[in-house]
Amino acid sequence: MEIRQDRIRNFCIIAHIDHGKSTLADRLLEYTGALTQREMSEQVLDNMELERERGITIKLRAVRLNYRARDGQDYALNLIDTPGHVDFTYEVSRSLASCEGALLVVDAAQGIEAQTLANVYLAIDHDLEIIPVINKIDLPAADPEGVRNEIEEVIGLDAQDAVLTSAKTGAGIEEILEAIVRRIPPPRGDQKAPLQALIFDSHYDSYKGVIAYFRVMEGRLEKGMLIKMMAIGKEFEVNELGVFKPAPTLVDELRAGEVGFLAASIKNARDCRVGDTITDANRPAIAPLPGYRQVKPMVYCGLYPVESNEYGDLRDALDKLKLNDASLVYDAESSEALGFGFRCGFLGLLHMEIIQERLEREYGLSLITTAPSVMYRVNIVTGETLEIENPSLMPPSGGIVSVEEPFVAATIMVPQEFVGAVMELSQERRGVYKDMVYLSQSRVMVKYDLPLSEIIFDYFDQLKSRTRGYASLDYEWAGFRQSKLVKMDILVNEEPLDALSFIVHQEKAYQRGRALVEKLRSLIPRQLFEVPIQAAIGNKVIARETVRARRKDVLAKCYGGDITRKRKLLEKQKEGKKRMKQVGSVEIPQDAFMAVLNIGEEKK
Amino acid sequence: MLENSLPAALYIHIPFCVRKCRYCDFVSYPYNESNARLYITGLRREIELRVGGKLDKRWPLSTVFIGGGTPTCLSTAMLLEIINFIKGHFILSSGVEFTIEANPGTVDADKLSALRRAGVNRLSLGAQACTEATLGILGRIHTHAQTVAAVRQAREAGFENVNMDLIFEVPGQTLTEWQCCLEQVVALQPEHVSAYGLQLEEGTPLKEQVDSGLLQPCVEEDGLAMYRAAAEILKTAGLEQYEISNFARSGRQCCHNLVYWHNEEYLGLGPAAHSRLGGVRMSNEANLIDYMTRLNTGALPVAWSEDITPENDIFETIFLGLRMICGLDLERFRQRFGRPLSQMYPGLTESLVNKGLLERRGNHLRLTQRGLMVANEVMCEFTPTVNILDK
Repeated sequence: MEIRQDRIRNFCIIAHIDHGKSTLADRLLEYTGALTQREMSEQVLDNMELERERGITIKLRAVRLNYRARDGQDYALNLIDTPGHVDFTYEVSRSLASCEGALLVVDAAQGIEAQTLANVYLAIDHDLEIIPVINKIDLPAADPEGVRNEIEEVIGLDAQDAVLTSAKTGAGIEEILEAIVRRIPPPRGDQKAPLQALIFDSHYDSYKGVIAYFRVMEGRLEKGMLIKMMAIGKEFEVNELGVFKPAPTLVDELRAGEVGFLAASIKNARDCRVGDTITDANRPAIAPLPGYRQVKPMVYCGLYPVESNEYGDLRDALDKLKLNDASLVYDAESSEALGFGFRCGFLGLLHMEIIQERLEREYGLSLITTAPSVMYRVNIVTGETLEIENPSLMPPSGGIVSVEEPFVAATIMVPQEFVGAVMELSQERRGVYKDMVYLSQSRVMVKYDLPLSEIIFDYFDQLKSRTRGYASLDYEWAGFRQSKLVKMDILVNEEPLDALSFIVHQEKAYQRGRALVEKLRSLIPRQLFEVPIQAAIGNKVIARETVRARRKDVLAKCYGGDITRKRKLLEKQKEGKKRMKQVGSVEIPQDAFMAVLNIGEEKK
Repeated sequence: MLENSLPAALYIHIPFCVRKCRYCDFVSYPYNESNARLYITGLRREIELRVGGKLDKRWPLSTVFIGGGTPTCLSTAMLLEIINFIKGHFILSSGVEFTIEANPGTVDADKLSALRRAGVNRLSLGAQACTEATLGILGRIHTHAQTVAAVRQAREAGFENVNMDLIFEVPGQTLTEWQCCLEQVVALQPEHVSAYGLQLEEGTPLKEQVDSGLLQPCVEEDGLAMYRAAAEILKTAGLEQYEISNFARSGRQCCHNLVYWHNEEYLGLGPAAHSRLGGVRMSNEANLIDYMTRLNTGALPVAWSEDITPENDIFETIFLGLRMICGLDLERFRQRFGRPLSQMYPGLTESLVNKGLLERRGNHLRLTQRGLMVANEVMCEFTPTVNILDK
């Protein structure tokens, strides 16, 4: 079916987590008949099990909605889903680049949150037409007028035409569709020009290879066409082309303005990079579309198999995950304590947790994750600068001139009564105060420059708990700054355990070292011998705890003739031991390697 | 074939108690006469089903153990009925060890005499503790005075082989109290003592009291000291430790329990009783009604059974054997499984010997004194990996 370019609308939804994006998307699908109510398993767009559980969208998806508008014309509305978390800003930017407009969904009871604000600014940068949608108007605490004012004051958008909806009850859904048709401009782009299609997502299918999701910006893409990935330089023949309605439906061609997917027997995901431009190999475009970049990780950690013979499986699993997640970065490394593994770079903590969980859940691996760290720049006496992603590789202090650590510019939005708590926390975490703006009488925007390592440590958790969950946080890269940092080593049974080393500010070293050894004492189960745990800076031990020896572990009675019960108890005991990592002669549970994150600052 | 697999050990479970003890998670029901009658009907039926066809094949028993529950909460007449039924269906060898468990609060001179006359020659008394405070925490129905009386009555009835069960590591119990208890028990001159460290089992009232903080659990150091005190005081009194929890005068080791520790076959009858028969482990329906229902349809009341895989057989033989102070007979092990243990677990024995947890004594592999205290840690290392038989 031919679709006229002026009847196409490409749009995405910008919303804070919990503000109802997925439910709204479901209602749009349902209203346009893309799915019947019965077909809808709740929230179709979040099709990854993990996403469903965490209530967040990780990967982008595109769906075509057929809508007959009040003007009597049929329109094809392409909804491009976007992730809603600070870790995935680059993915958001790619999906925004594929759209002409965006729905800005704001919870009528909660108001604008920091992350929403960041994404709206991103959308404005991309010249998108923004339609404010005030959602959840059915809630008793809903204050649509207040939110309308907030949108105008904080973002500077005209919110008089904001659509009031309740995705839950279905109120206002048609108004949204009409607003999309009337207010969002149709795509431009010359169907006769050389092909330029922007890849905004991909995923790996074990039968078809890499599936690319793209938006045709110029020209046309046909089945059977020999295409070229402009950044990578490789060529492939398109053997499948289609759109999601939301079920995949094959088509013969897609033209400028349209959104779809293709399969081209792409075996290696590195050949299909998100952000790359697809062109016609026989009639290539002069230049790729702007905006392609390789994303840079913010957070690093070591991933090691508990069983060393699973190293190969871990490598294969990472290779496969990399297929649909170009932002995942990893390099082989080895640890004296943990053997062979990988140093992995992630966009943020959530991204790290997701990858870790997917490795364990989808690939059945049992992993040890070391505490996350950031990349430090270490200026050494020879005049060189080292980039250190693994704290255990920090050179001895004698050879160091200075150390720089990454800072971020953080924006915190919070009800006025919690401003004191936010400032106190930020100050404790070495924050540098920048600015404070009253968004309304009751809501305040606070800006701090903070070391990224502190955000990773526990800033976000603390922020949530000290503001009873009301604060929202967004941050952006603010460059490297020199700090007084030292490397803390942890010795278990007199041996340094490299995987537990961490880098910490001098003034906090004693406190965190103390807290960590206490935490480790509680996490490491008693062994058959006494195990000392020490924290040391250089050769100086600053804290010591001892895991007392287990001296009695004997099952007295024999349960009559119930030998099976006794056997199962022993098997369970052995199973528990297997889940631990044997380091030297000490058995250490997996969570001990993350202990540095859970030591709690309050404990002094 | 079948004859070879007829086990020489018989266990009868009597699932009734006057009142369930606060630490107990065995299967037992409050005693009442009609349930007891129902039970006896069922037990007779089970015996007939199990051995009926084999009567002419002479099924000889060298040990019989009537346990519970509290067997002695049944009337003398009922107990005699059960004993006579056993005697009618099995052949008791001349040196048979015939044990009955008894709660000191449920016996008197007449009952004990009757049991002794009927052929029971070993009495296992659940003394458990010697102070009213600890007996109370355990939820026992008897007093220490009743224990003393029961031992005297047993002797008068002609029992020359008396065991006393004791429990240590009870919340609130002190080392001094335990030592004092051991002295009092030794003074009664039992032939055998079982001293069990208290295991707080899920779902028991005692565990709940400890979990909710109402009772303070015994600390490890005290438990260790109590265990050592038991070995020392009992040894001085001529009761040598021969198993993790068991002590006996020479020649008075419990033959029935040795069957378990040698991982040999045994037949268990009654609700919730376990058996090992012809390479299969099985357990009976625990619930009396389920037990009866099965029997009424003419079926064995087996609720669960499992073929013993060669790996599990090996593992069980090892950990049960290590419970004995003399240890596991490696020569017997090799004969039973056709291969030496060292070949199935390369390097493991050496490593545990080097850690001072195991030692070789002649043909035996046994726990060291230190290993004994952490027996579970040692035993669980022998958990079978699939390939122990491929090596």
